[in-house]
Amino acid sequence: MENIIEIKNLCFSYPADEDETPVQVLNNISLEIKEGEFMAVLGHNGSGKSTLAKHINGILLPTSGTVTVDGISTADEEKIFDLRCRAGMVFQNPDNQIVSSVVEEDVAFALENLGVPYEEMRKRVDDALKDVNMYEYRNHSPAQLSGGQKQRIAIAGIIAMKPKCIILDEPTAMLDPQGRKEVMSVIKRMNREYGITIVLITHYMDEAAQCNRVVVMDKGNIILDDTPKAVFSHVEQVKAIGLDVPQATELAWELRKAGYDIPQGIITEDECAEAIKRLFERE
Amino acid sequence: MLKDITIGQYFPGDSIIHRLDPRFKIVITLIYILMLFAGDSIICLGVGAVFTLFAIILSKIPLKMFLKSIKPLLPFLVLTAVFNLVFVKSGEVIFEWKFIEITDEAVSISIFMFVRIILLIMGSSLLTYTTSPITLTDAIERLLSPLKKLKLPVHELAMMMSIALRFIPTLIEETEKIMSAQKARGAEIDSGSFMTRARNMVAILVPLFISSFRRADELATAMECRCYRGGEGRTRLRQLRSAPRDYIALAVSLVFYGVNIAVGIIVK
Repeated sequence: MENIIEIKNLCFSYPADEDETPVQVLNNISLEIKEGEFMAVLGHNGSGKSTLAKHINGILLPTSGTVTVDGISTADEEKIFDLRCRAGMVFQNPDNQIVSSVVEEDVAFALENLGVPYEEMRKRVDDALKDVNMYEYRNHSPAQLSGGQKQRIAIAGIIAMKPKCIILDEPTAMLDPQGRKEVMSVIKRMNREYGITIVLITHYMDEAAQCNRVVVMDKGNIILDDTPKAVFSHVEQVKAIGLDVPQATELAWELRKAGYDIPQGIITEDECAEAIKRLFERE
Repeated sequence: MLKDITIGQYFPGDSIIHRLDPRFKIVITLIYILMLFAGDSIICLGVGAVFTLFAIILSKIPLKMFLKSIKPLLPFLVLTAVFNLVFVKSGEVIFEWKFIEITDEAVSISIFMFVRIILLIMGSSLLTYTTSPITLTDAIERLLSPLKKLKLPVHELAMMMSIALRFIPTLIEETEKIMSAQKARGAEIDSGSFMTRARNMVAILVPLFISSFRRADELATAMECRCYRGGEGRTRLRQLRSAPRDYIALAVSLVFYGVNIAVGIIVK
């Protein structure tokens, strides 16, 4: 598989006032993301994870280092719209990214900007709405929809651009559990069925556990980068930077600490239940 | 409470008036306004009234709704009528009391103006009742697009208007939230003297403004992410297509306009 996103020695600091020293938000980050990967970026507030996300589609430009998406450098001003079609971005608050008062027109917004002809636009909008299961709501006003539905509309607006990768910046942070579930299932399906590379920025451990790669950030550095199983087996290290591990992992970890024979690398409830069951059977 | 406010007073429906191309509807409304102000005779006004009634019946919106639209403007209407009554001095005096003199012409002019304005309100209400605000914005953008050559930011204005329309419900919701939060902390918003209430409004407006700026910033980023770069080269999902019925409607209103002018000349 080829790398779709390549980040090399990325440093970034926000411009500071004269007598202040600029705060370094990202310290020399290098990261390669393969096509079709489903990656989570974890980190608590101020770890630089959102800043990293904004570099991938050129909303922010590196102070030093380079970011390339599908062969296009984010610093290449002439290809910026090309780049943004390939790397779509979904934000935390669904209300602040919906432009139109009619659902289908909002989904069409990016296509209208790109000058896509009507027939093709109609088809792509309908397909995107069906992909997120919101087709029957196409003539509604976003104000009538729930948070999860609005976020799915925002995702449809990005899918309509036919991107190669989607960066989602805490897309479920403002949603209720039902909305979170809906949005996660749409993201997973996009990855599975269309092979769209997903970069999911989140602070929910159970969401990270569903990905196939987890990057943990702290103070502008990448401190862990591995499969969810491997990352969450570093329970102490993860906890040291103020993050949690999935509840199932935590339970397994506590049991191990108490001297029970439970394998490492448990991240889902099913695995945990299975391990405990085996423990009982042995006794 | 705040949610009940409907902006633009659109009544969804499927009547022939609803289905007319919004661009034609705007043009017809302009013709209609010209028609009302063209003739000075009562018959001209009669022609206008027939046209209004005809359109209202076609729209299938109850007449009651149109009367409601007049209600908030009634004080203004009455005031205009009274001014006309008192200050028009031509014609024969038919009533005199202290310094007030009312002439027969004053009576006819004030009634005439009264009816004319009522028809004006009813006609333009018909436009907003049968066209959703967003379609209206769209139609205005397209009607004004020739002005782009004069460097008028037509697309930008229309975009701002449609974003404003989009955010009205969101901001209303936000206002309610802030109000509850401030009430929970003891702010008097519904009670107290006028001055305390006015002062407490600040506690609502300041957070509302701050959050609106934040929203605007986020929305701008999201629009950039979706390749927004102004009006140039944009295509539209909403297609405005004129059908034969639009031309028929335009022809009918032009005929009415013509009749109106003819009647005005004959009467003179």
